[in-house]
Order: sequence, then structure tokens, then C-alpha cells
Amino acid sequence: MFFMFFANAQDVKMSDMMKENGKIYVVIAVMLTILAGLVLYLIRLDRKISKLEKNK
Amino acid sequence: MRKSWWKILGVLLLVYTFIAGLLIEVPRNPQLQETIRNLFFHVCMWFGMMILFIVSFVRAIMYLRTNKHIHDIASRQYAGVGILFGVLGYLTGAIWMSYTWIDSNKSIFNSFDTIAREPKLIGAAIALLVYAAYLVLRDSIQDIDKRARISAVYNIFAFAMLFPSIWIIPRLLDSLHPGGSEGNPALDPGSASANMRLVFYPAIAGWTLIGVWIATLKIRMKNLYEQKLSQ
Repeated sequence: MFFMFFANAQDVKMSDMMKENGKIYVVIAVMLTILAGLVLYLIRLDRKISKLEKNK
Repeated sequence: MRKSWWKILGVLLLVYTFIAGLLIEVPRNPQLQETIRNLFFHVCMWFGMMILFIVSFVRAIMYLRTNKHIHDIASRQYAGVGILFGVLGYLTGAIWMSYTWIDSNKSIFNSFDTIAREPKLIGAAIALLVYAAYLVLRDSIQDIDKRARISAVYNIFAFAMLFPSIWIIPRLLDSLHPGGSEGNPALDPGSASANMRLVFYPAIAGWTLIGVWIATLKIRMKNLYEQKLSQ
């Protein structure tokens, strides 16, 4: 009986509510903001190094 | 912007990973539940590390063949970013395992006892320590040419150590990781659903491209620094 419970995949507890009420998008927004910050930092660093290389 | 298409590609792949990685339907695994999505982050760190170590190894050989100093700098920086990815893989793995591998029927101490025997953890620790020794060896030699040659040769040995420590031995032994003793973890089509592979492969490419980008920045910086020193 217990194994049959697990055999039914739909019964495994997942965060379905996060998707239903759309709060998962909040998590995505936070993660994308952090990614954007890190990428902007890399781009600025890239530009600065390019400038230094030109000055040689 | 002339040569930067691959940097843009890497960023776009990561944006895709972050969005699709959280939204796609994943298999309902009773042990992992939603943490199965860590595949797009934790496992990609290890793939990134392996690819960066391969590049480091190739640049070490190129240095020995041509004696051009830039290859030596590149080899060192790719190894450095590779170690960073490996450490991140270890840390993320530590978080993931404390929610999925800890056996609630045993005490934490006894539970950890099983986890510490996990061959993939030991193999990865050996590999990372071998590469850490590379940095120590390299920085302990003052003469530039001697340092470049010795560390290039050591890099080749360190790369050879990756084969037994992360690609062979952990796959012969039973493991808590998927694909334990019966095959290839992660790349085995049976262990990740088709849906997940749709995000997983782009995620590997994205993380690796970001790692390469960071390494190239460090190479260019180090190159400028050494040119200034030799003036």
C-alpha cells in the first residue's frame, strides 16, 4: 500500500502551489537580477581591460 | 563587440537556464522532489570544471611545444577558474545532500558516515587537491621560465589524475549519485527526462562559456601586468 502511494507519480509532493499562484516568478526575478549584476560587472571589467590593452 | 558573440551566447543560455530551469515540468521523484532542478546548477559546475581543466591541459602542452609565455599564463588561469567551479560544485553538493541524502531514521553522525564514503566525493576531493598543489608548486618557483616549464609538466600529470579520480574509480563503485556503478552519471539518457535534458545541455554550455569568459579576462589582465613588469 505504501509503495503504491509512491508509485503514483502525481502524488509526490512538489511545490505546485508556487506555480499556481505565480510566486515562482518572484524567485526567477531575484535570480535574474543577481545574474544581471554579475554580467554587468564582467562587461565593465572586459571594457576596462580592452582600454588598457589599447593604451599599450 | 567583434569577437564577443560567444559571451552574449553564454549569458543568453544562462538566462534561459534560470527561467526554464525553474518552470519546466520535472519528474516527480519522491526523494528529490523539486531539488531535482539542482541538476542545472550543481552538475553544470562539474562539467564546467572538467572542460576548463581540459583547456588548461591543452594550453600546458602548447606552452611546452612553442615556449610562448602567453600559453603558460592561460594554462594557469584556466586551472584557477576550474578550481573555482569545482569548489562551487562541492559547496552546492553539500547543501543538496543535506536535504536529500540525510537519513532521518539515523542520527546525523551516522548518516554522514555513509555520505563520507561516497566515492564521487572522495574522487573529486583528490582531483581538487591535486590541482591545488599545482598552484602551490607554481607559486613557489621564482624563475619565470623554470616555473612555466615545471608547472606545465605538472599540469599534464594533474590532468592524468582526473581519469582515475573522477572518471573511472567512482563509476566502478556503488554510489549515492545516479549512474553509480552501472554507467555514466548525468549524461546517461535514462537518468534525466527528455524535458530536463532540454535545459541541462544549454546550461552546461552557458556555465562553461561564463567560466571561459572569466578566465580570458584574467589572462588578459595577467598579460598586461607581466608586460608592464618587463618594461
